[in-house]
Amino acid sequence: MSQAPVIESRGLTKRFGDNTAIHELDLSIEQGSIYGFLGPNGCGKSTAIRMLTGLLEPSSGDVKLFGHPIRHHEESLKQRIGYMTQKFSLYDNLSVLENLEFVATIYGLKRKLRKARIQELIALYELSALSKQLAGSLSGGQKQRLALACATLHQPELLFLDEPTSAVDPENRRDFWEHLFDLSDQGTTILVSTHYMDEAERCHALAILENGNKRADGSPQQLMEKMPAIVFETEGLHLRQLKQQLIAHQDILSAAQIGSRLRILVSKHQAQPLTLLNSLSATHHFSQVRPSLEDVFVANTGGRHVG
Amino acid sequence: MWASSARIYAVALKEIKQLSRDRVTFAMIVMIPLVQLILFGYAINTDARHIPAGVVDYTQNQTSRALILAIEATQAVNFQHHYYSPQEATDAIIRGDIKAVLILPHDLERRIALRSNRLTQDSARLLNEPIGQWLVDGSDTLIAATVRSLRTMPLNDVTQSALPQTPVTFEVVQWFNPEQRSVVNIVPGLLAIILTMTMILFTSAAIVREREQGNMEFLINTPIRPFELMLGKITPYVFAGLIQVSIILLVGHLLFSVPIRGGLLSLFGAALLFIFASLTLGLVISTIAKTQLQAMQLTVFILLPSILLSGFMFPYQAMPEPAQWIAEGLPATHFIRMVRAIVLREADFLVLQQDALWLVAFTLLGILLASVRFKKKLS
Repeated sequence: MSQAPVIESRGLTKRFGDNTAIHELDLSIEQGSIYGFLGPNGCGKSTAIRMLTGLLEPSSGDVKLFGHPIRHHEESLKQRIGYMTQKFSLYDNLSVLENLEFVATIYGLKRKLRKARIQELIALYELSALSKQLAGSLSGGQKQRLALACATLHQPELLFLDEPTSAVDPENRRDFWEHLFDLSDQGTTILVSTHYMDEAERCHALAILENGNKRADGSPQQLMEKMPAIVFETEGLHLRQLKQQLIAHQDILSAAQIGSRLRILVSKHQAQPLTLLNSLSATHHFSQVRPSLEDVFVANTGGRHVG
Repeated sequence: MWASSARIYAVALKEIKQLSRDRVTFAMIVMIPLVQLILFGYAINTDARHIPAGVVDYTQNQTSRALILAIEATQAVNFQHHYYSPQEATDAIIRGDIKAVLILPHDLERRIALRSNRLTQDSARLLNEPIGQWLVDGSDTLIAATVRSLRTMPLNDVTQSALPQTPVTFEVVQWFNPEQRSVVNIVPGLLAIILTMTMILFTSAAIVREREQGNMEFLINTPIRPFELMLGKITPYVFAGLIQVSIILLVGHLLFSVPIRGGLLSLFGAALLFIFASLTLGLVISTIAKTQLQAMQLTVFILLPSILLSGFMFPYQAMPEPAQWIAEGLPATHFIRMVRAIVLREADFLVLQQDALWLVAFTLLGILLASVRFKKKLS
């Protein structure tokens, strides 16, 4: 059974004055998948999400959610989508429970259903001990769980998460992703933006964004297979000097030191990469290794941004 | 269904909870009217008294001393210094030590005697020979007017004999405030000024705060409508405004014996109309201001003309016509007119329907403008 994609955009563009924040973005996101926007700060991830939720008017191009254009369907779509903002956007001087009750009422949940749903979420996101505490006094991880609970109160079919884990430690981040996989399992489509490679690697599919342009997209596996570079590593002395020597050559896309090793991306345009490397340094031994998502990112963005 | 009462109620409830936890703002609702009323009630006085003055006395005898005492007894001026020459006294005025100086000539007694003598009751001659001269720093018109009122001061206490009085052209009967206490006029006016300040500032800041702290980004993605959000946000402040009205009237009555002659129902009806007009003005400001600081600046922009042009400080009738047009545009002008009429002159709400209708029109226009400007979009 083939279904219309949950999110579909064609030529989506946003300009702020002379500055193009998003350029001709085409997307097609299937139901139940977790789709990632990977890119450095300022690459247009938030702008793209805001256009997809109807918060920002695109300069050109169009967006369809569940097969309907956003325009003229804003209000009915709002019951079907949830949005977790980058910055904590609930009320600091309301308690956890009060925040949940407020959001539930705003979404029009009836009293009985509201009580049950809030209890369910408090248990699911381990908030019961904190329910009377003011939201402003919560830790980063607790705030994030509360924000996710509020964004999913009305059981949205589509969930937007804008850098949800930027203020959270690694352990909480892992727990958070467990919750996302649970939601995805129940059929919720999730679009998440991040600048963490490990998070991007968990997505079913992702798009690499740079300066408002989509450089590549697909599943992490596909992205690694079709990346336009081959990865080598070497060990030894004088790695800093070697790095300077290597990146002077146009076919070497990047060379980055990782501990005692140097990781080198050689363009696929180069027919004999190993020969090239050996000719550049006779004293080091180079070996080809399996690419990581970070290599994919670096290769696709020309190595100008890392991390 | 174009508005959900459940959502409006949820927003209002949230706002009250937040307000009750924001102790400073909560205290301000009560303390601003209380402190300002007590401060201004005692401080603002439009009848100048005990003006510091000096005297150049060329006579220096019992008569001149009796005259000086008689003038002081009016409480209009307070003689602080004797000077030897008008030049010395003028320097004191320039330095700001005194505001006025009285010059009594050598022939003071002859000039007084001239007045007691019925044979010389030639008014043209009397005009040419006043018994003394006042030099006044006329830059402050209130002070100048007070000294000028001494011009026709009776001299009975000085001459110990009945002098013929200037015949009265008009008899003036002062209604509503026979003792001429300015506080009676100021307390109802303060009601309008304090409400203008707190109502506009609270609403505009309350909405701008949601935007500033990022709450709006979340709210925009929920099904809440702008109208519901605005209505829910201003509801708690209607009650805050009514509490302030009660405080000001009660304290004004107890502390300054300001009478409340008209019906309380008319009074609270007028106050409610004014509160709504001010709150919608706050809403309109919130759609313009991006930060709470900007909201504050815009509030001051409205507040200053409300103080100076509304009739609170200076009589509306004394202003040039263009200023009166501006004053007509301010809700405070209409409310001050209504509240003074109800509180002091026992006027009925119905008598004041023109001002009431204007406030209603202002509110409707404000809501319309705010709804059009308030977009559920960022940027």
